[in-house]
Amino acid sequence: MPIANPPVDVVTIAVFLFLVTLASYFLGQYLAAVFSGKLHWNPMIRLEKALFYFIDTSTDHEDSWQGYARDLLIFNAIGFCILFLVLIIQGILPLNPQHVSGFPLSQALNIAVSFTTNTNWQVYSGETAASYLTQMIGFTVQNFLSAATGLCIAVAVMRGLTRKTTDRIGNFWVDMIRAVLYVLIPLAFIATIVLLSQGVIQNLDPSLTISGYGDAGPQTIAMGPVASQEAIKMLGTNGGGFFNANSAHPYENPTPFTNLFEIILILLIPASLPFMFGTLSGKRKQGFAIYIAMLVLFIAAVGMLYSAELSGNPALVSQGVPGVSMEGKEVRFGLAGSILFSASTTAAANGAVNTMHDSLAPLGGLVPLFLILVGEVVFGGIGSGFATMIAFVIVAVFIAGLMIGRTPEYLAKKIEIFEMKMALITILVPSILVLVFTGIALVVTDGLAGIFNPGPHGLSEVVYAFASMANNNGSAFAGLNAASPFYALTGALVMVVGRFMPAIAMLALAGSLAKKKTIPAGTGTLPTASPSFIIWLVAVILIIGALTFFPFFAMGPIAEHLSLLGGI
Amino acid sequence: MARKRVTPVTAFDPGLLRTAAIDSLKKLDLRRQIENPVMFSVEIGGILTTVAFLYELFRPTMTSVMFVGMVSAWLWLTVLFSNFAESLAEGRGKARAASLRRSRATMAAKKLNSPQFSALFESVTSTDLKPGDLVLVQTGDLIPSDGEVIAGAALINEAAITGESAPVVRESGGDRSAVTGGTTVIANEVIVRITAEPGKTFLDCMIQMIEGAKRRKTPNEQALEILLFALTGVFFLVVAAIWPVSAYSAATSGSGSPVPLTVLIALFVCLAPTTIAALLPAIGIAGMDRLFQRNIIAMSGRAIEAAGDVNVLLLDKTGTITLGNRQAAAFIPVDGVDEADLVNAAYCASYADETPEGKSVVALATESGRTLNWIPTEATFMPFSAHTRMSGMDIGGVSYRKGATDAVTAESTSHGNPIPPDLIPKVTRIAQTGGTPLVVSRDWTILGVVHLKDILKSGVRERFFDLRRMGIRTVMITGDNRLTAAAIAAEAGVDDFLAEAKPDDKLRLIKTYQEEGNMVAMTGDGTNDAPALAQADVAVAMNNGTQPAREAANIIDLDSDPTKLIDVVEIGKQILMTRGALTTFSIANDVAKYFAIIPAAFLVIYPQLAVLNVMGLATPETAILSAVIFNALVIPLLIPLALRGVQFRPMPAARLFTYNLVIFGLGGIVAPFLGIKAIDLLLSAVMPL
Repeated sequence: MPIANPPVDVVTIAVFLFLVTLASYFLGQYLAAVFSGKLHWNPMIRLEKALFYFIDTSTDHEDSWQGYARDLLIFNAIGFCILFLVLIIQGILPLNPQHVSGFPLSQALNIAVSFTTNTNWQVYSGETAASYLTQMIGFTVQNFLSAATGLCIAVAVMRGLTRKTTDRIGNFWVDMIRAVLYVLIPLAFIATIVLLSQGVIQNLDPSLTISGYGDAGPQTIAMGPVASQEAIKMLGTNGGGFFNANSAHPYENPTPFTNLFEIILILLIPASLPFMFGTLSGKRKQGFAIYIAMLVLFIAAVGMLYSAELSGNPALVSQGVPGVSMEGKEVRFGLAGSILFSASTTAAANGAVNTMHDSLAPLGGLVPLFLILVGEVVFGGIGSGFATMIAFVIVAVFIAGLMIGRTPEYLAKKIEIFEMKMALITILVPSILVLVFTGIALVVTDGLAGIFNPGPHGLSEVVYAFASMANNNGSAFAGLNAASPFYALTGALVMVVGRFMPAIAMLALAGSLAKKKTIPAGTGTLPTASPSFIIWLVAVILIIGALTFFPFFAMGPIAEHLSLLGGI
Repeated sequence: MARKRVTPVTAFDPGLLRTAAIDSLKKLDLRRQIENPVMFSVEIGGILTTVAFLYELFRPTMTSVMFVGMVSAWLWLTVLFSNFAESLAEGRGKARAASLRRSRATMAAKKLNSPQFSALFESVTSTDLKPGDLVLVQTGDLIPSDGEVIAGAALINEAAITGESAPVVRESGGDRSAVTGGTTVIANEVIVRITAEPGKTFLDCMIQMIEGAKRRKTPNEQALEILLFALTGVFFLVVAAIWPVSAYSAATSGSGSPVPLTVLIALFVCLAPTTIAALLPAIGIAGMDRLFQRNIIAMSGRAIEAAGDVNVLLLDKTGTITLGNRQAAAFIPVDGVDEADLVNAAYCASYADETPEGKSVVALATESGRTLNWIPTEATFMPFSAHTRMSGMDIGGVSYRKGATDAVTAESTSHGNPIPPDLIPKVTRIAQTGGTPLVVSRDWTILGVVHLKDILKSGVRERFFDLRRMGIRTVMITGDNRLTAAAIAAEAGVDDFLAEAKPDDKLRLIKTYQEEGNMVAMTGDGTNDAPALAQADVAVAMNNGTQPAREAANIIDLDSDPTKLIDVVEIGKQILMTRGALTTFSIANDVAKYFAIIPAAFLVIYPQLAVLNVMGLATPETAILSAVIFNALVIPLLIPLALRGVQFRPMPAARLFTYNLVIFGLGGIVAPFLGIKAIDLLLSAVMPL
C-alpha cells in the first residue's frame, strides 16, 4: 500500500467523518436520555440508587451553580491529592515489577495536575517511570474521573441553556456517577475488548528482555495493563500514553484498523455533545449548527495538514528529493492515518499522538497548534470543548444580535453583562495564559535553557507547550525539557487555571441563564442555526481565537516554512 | 396641521463643529478619558510615543524621528477624533438644553392657601414649591412647576417645551389637566396643584437627559464595553508578548533586533477595537438626539434600548390606526330610489349637523356632484342630538332626516310608512364590514343608507406590514364591538385586536403578553392608562395627557402623536444595529492591519516574511504608518454613520443579519486592505522615509 494516495485518502477521510457523525448522533441521543434520567434499565437503576444512598444524595436534590462548582472542585481536589500521593510513594507500593521509584515533587505535582485536569501532558516516560499500580489506580482512574468531570460541565451548561426561571443546574454527584456508570465504563469496556482482539496487550508481567534483532544487542520490551488504559485514554480525551511513544507504540496501536478505531474513540463523545444538546433543548437544528461549525473547522484543518505533509519538506524538494514527509510518522498508518490522528487529537483536546508533531512540516505543525489555540472548540475536550464553544456562540450571538437591532438572545435567553463576562473568561483565560507564560519563558534563563531547537522551531515548541497545557490538550511538540522544574511548575499552574477558571465561569453562565425567562421566538429573532450564523460563528472563532496568535504563527511556523523554502 | 418648530440645526452646523472641536481637546484630560478605557489606552500610547519621539529628537542619529513623530501624531489624532465624535453627538442636545435652561430660571409663583380663585396668595419663588402646593396662574404668567389643573381652564403656550407655537387648552378634570413648568398661560387663569419636587420637574429631567448629564450606560452598552475592553486587554498581552518573542527570535536568527516600542504601540492601537470604542458613546447620544429631533423625550436610555426589543405593540384604534372620526364612504339607496334623491336628502339632513360625521356626509355629497349644492334658506334646522339620535332639516314643508337605524325607522313607521324590505339586509351588511349605517328619510319615507366608515390613517397598513416582517405583533385596542373591531383590524392589517376594551383590560393584556416573555410597548394619555403604562416595557405618554400618565411612562411624546411609537421602536433598533455593525466592522478590520504591520515589524528578523506583505506596501515604516492612519481616519469617516444610525430596513431578522454581515463583516475585511494600500501609495510618494 502506498504511503499516500490522495483519492483513496479523501474517500477514507470522508467515510471516517460519516462514521463519526453517525455514531456521535446516536450517542448524543443516548447521552440525552442518561442525563435527563430517562434511562430505565433495572439492574443499573438499583446500582445507581445504592450509590446515591451511599453518598447521601438523590436525584431530587439539585444544586445552584455555586454548589455544583463547589462539589466539582472538592471532588477534583480529592482526586488530585490521591494521585499526587500515589506518584510520590509508588516505589513502596505493590504492582511495581520494574521497581521504579517515586517521582520528584515538581514532576509529581505536574503529573497529578495534568491527569486531574484532563490534560495528560506527560513529563515522564510511562514504561520506565510509572508502576503498574500508578497506571491503573492513578492514571486510569483519573482518566475516567476527569472525563466525567468534563461531561458534568457540559451537562450543567446544557441545563442552564434549556431551563428557565430556576437557579438549579443539577446535582454534581448524580451527574458524575451517571457519566461513569452509563457512559464511560460501558464504552471503555467495549473499546478494551476491541483493542485486545487486535493485539493490544493487557498483563501485569515484568518487562521482557530478549535478544536483539540482527546486530542489535539485547532489548527490553515493556509490558503492562495497556488495553484497559488505552480505551479510556482515547475515549475520555485524556491522551496520556501508557508508553512514551503513546499511540505510535505497536502495543498501544498495532494496526491501521485500531488506528482508525482509536481516532473514532477520540472524537466520539465530544462530537456527540452538540447532538445531545439539540435533543435536550428540543431544538435539533441548534445542535446541528454547532456540529457543522466544528466540522467545517475540522475539515479545513485536516485538508491543510494533509496538503502540507503531502508536498514534503520544501528544503528537500528543492534539492530534488520529493515525496511525502514521513519523519516521525508510522509507515503502517500511512499519511492519512497519521494526519487524521494528529488533527483529531488536537481538535478534541485528547493529546495522544501516533505521529511526532515536532517532525511535521512547519505549516503542518501549524495546524495542531492552531486547533489547540482556538480554544479546543473543534469538538474539543469532553464537555470543556462544548462549553467553550457555547462561550463563542454567546459572543457571536451578542454581536450578531445587535446587528439585527435587538438586545442579543440565544435560545430565547437574553445575553447580558454577566453572561458576556463569563463567556469572555472562558474564551480568553487560556489565551492569556499562553501569552503570559510564553513571554516569561522566553525571558527567564530557566525557560530559555529548556529549548533544544533555538530559532523559529523552538518558538513553536514553547508556544505549543503552553497552548497544550492551557487548553488541556496534553500533546507535545517535544524538543522542550518539559520535566525541568521551570516548565513542570509553570505548566502545573497553567493547567489548573486553564481547566478550572473556564469551568467555573461556564457553570456561572449556566446558573445565570437558568434563572432567566424565555422569550418566544419570531421572525424578529436572530436565527442561530442558519448558514449565515454558522459562517459568522466560525469567523468569530477564527478572529478572536486564532488571529490573536498571528504574530506567533508568523515568527514560528511561517518563518520556518519560508526559511525552508529559501533553503536557508 | 402646520407646525412651527425650533429651527432644525444639523449636527454639522459650523458653530457646533467648533464647540465640539474645543470640547474634544478638553476631553483629553486623562481623568475624563478613562471613561472610555479603550481610547484611554490609545492616549497612553500617544503619551509613550511622544516620549519616544522626544528621546529620538535628542539622539544624534535621529534615524526614526520622523516615523516616531508621525505615529505619535496620528495616535493623538485617533483619540481626538473619538472625542470629537462624542462632543459632536452631544452638541445639538447641549444647545437645546441651554435654551431650555433659560425657561427654567427661577420664577415667581402665587401660592394659594385654599383652592379658590378668590383666595389670598403669597408670592414665593418656584424653587420653594413642594408637591401638594396650590398656585394661581393668570394670563401672562409662567407655570412655576409641573402640576395638575384643579380648577379653571386656560390657553397655554407650550412652545418652550415642545417647540409648538399653537397654544393648547388645559382644563381641570378629564385627560387634559397636566401642565408643565416653564410654559406660559396666554389666556384665562387656573389653579394648579404642584406634583413635582423642586429640581425634578419635567423640564429638569429633559435638560439632564438631553445634556447627557444623567446619561447612564445601558446594560447592553456595558456588555459591549466589556467585550471591547477584554479584546483590548488580550491585544495588549499579544503586543506585550511580541517583545520577548521578537527578542528571542532576533537573538537566535542572528539578525535584527526586538520590535521597537513605537511599532508595538502602533500594532496595539491598530488591533484594539478603537473604531467602535471611539464611536460607541456617540451612537447612544445621537440616538437620543434623533428621538429628540422628532420631539420625543426618553426618560432613560434603557427605554430606547427596550424599544428595540419590543415584539408586541398595543395601539389604540382611534388616533393611531384610524383618523379620529368616522367618515361617510358611500350612499346606498333602497330598491326603487334614485341615488341622486338619496344624496340630496342626505345633504339636506346633514347640513346642520356639526358633528364630524355629519360634515363628512355633506362633503361626500358635494364631491359626488349629485346635489344641488344650494344654500338652504328659511329652513328649520334640527341639529344632531344624542337624545333623538337624528339630525335633519325642514324646508318648504319637506322634512329630511338622517340618523341611527332604529331611530329613523321608528319615526317612519309612526308616520305609517312601510320599511323597505331591502333596508335591513343593507344595514346589516354595512355593520358587518365594520361600518356604521345611517338611515336617510325624506318626508318619513326611507330612501337609503349612508355608509360611515373608520378611515385608516394613510400608510398605517404598510407600516404594520413592515412591523410584521420585523417580527413585531400589533394589537389594536378599541371600545368598539367585536364585529366592527374585526373589520377594521382586517383592513388595517393588525395581528390581533381587543374589542370592547375597558381601561383595566389593557393592563391585563400587557401582563399576559409579558408572562409569555414578550416585550410590550404602548401609548397612553389618560389617567386610567397610567397602570398599564407603568406595566409596559416601553410606555409612551402623550405630552397633552394627564400627569399620572406622564409619570408612569418612560417616553414622552411632545407632539402627542400616538403613531410615533413606531418611530421609537425603529430608533431603538437603529441604535443597537449601529453598535453591532460598527463592532463587526472594527473587528473585521484587524485582518488587514495584521497583514500590514506583522511583516513590517518582523522584516529585520526574518526577511522572508516579506511574502506576507500581500498589499505590497512600500517600506516597513509606510506600512505601519498607513495602518495607523487608516485606523485614525476611519473614525471621522464613520461619524456620519454613527450619528445618523445604520439605515433601518424592515425585513426579517434572518435576512437583515445576512445583509449586515455582508456589508459590515465582508466590507470590514476588504475596506482596510484598499484604504491602507491607498494611504501607503500616498505616503511613499510624499515621504522620504
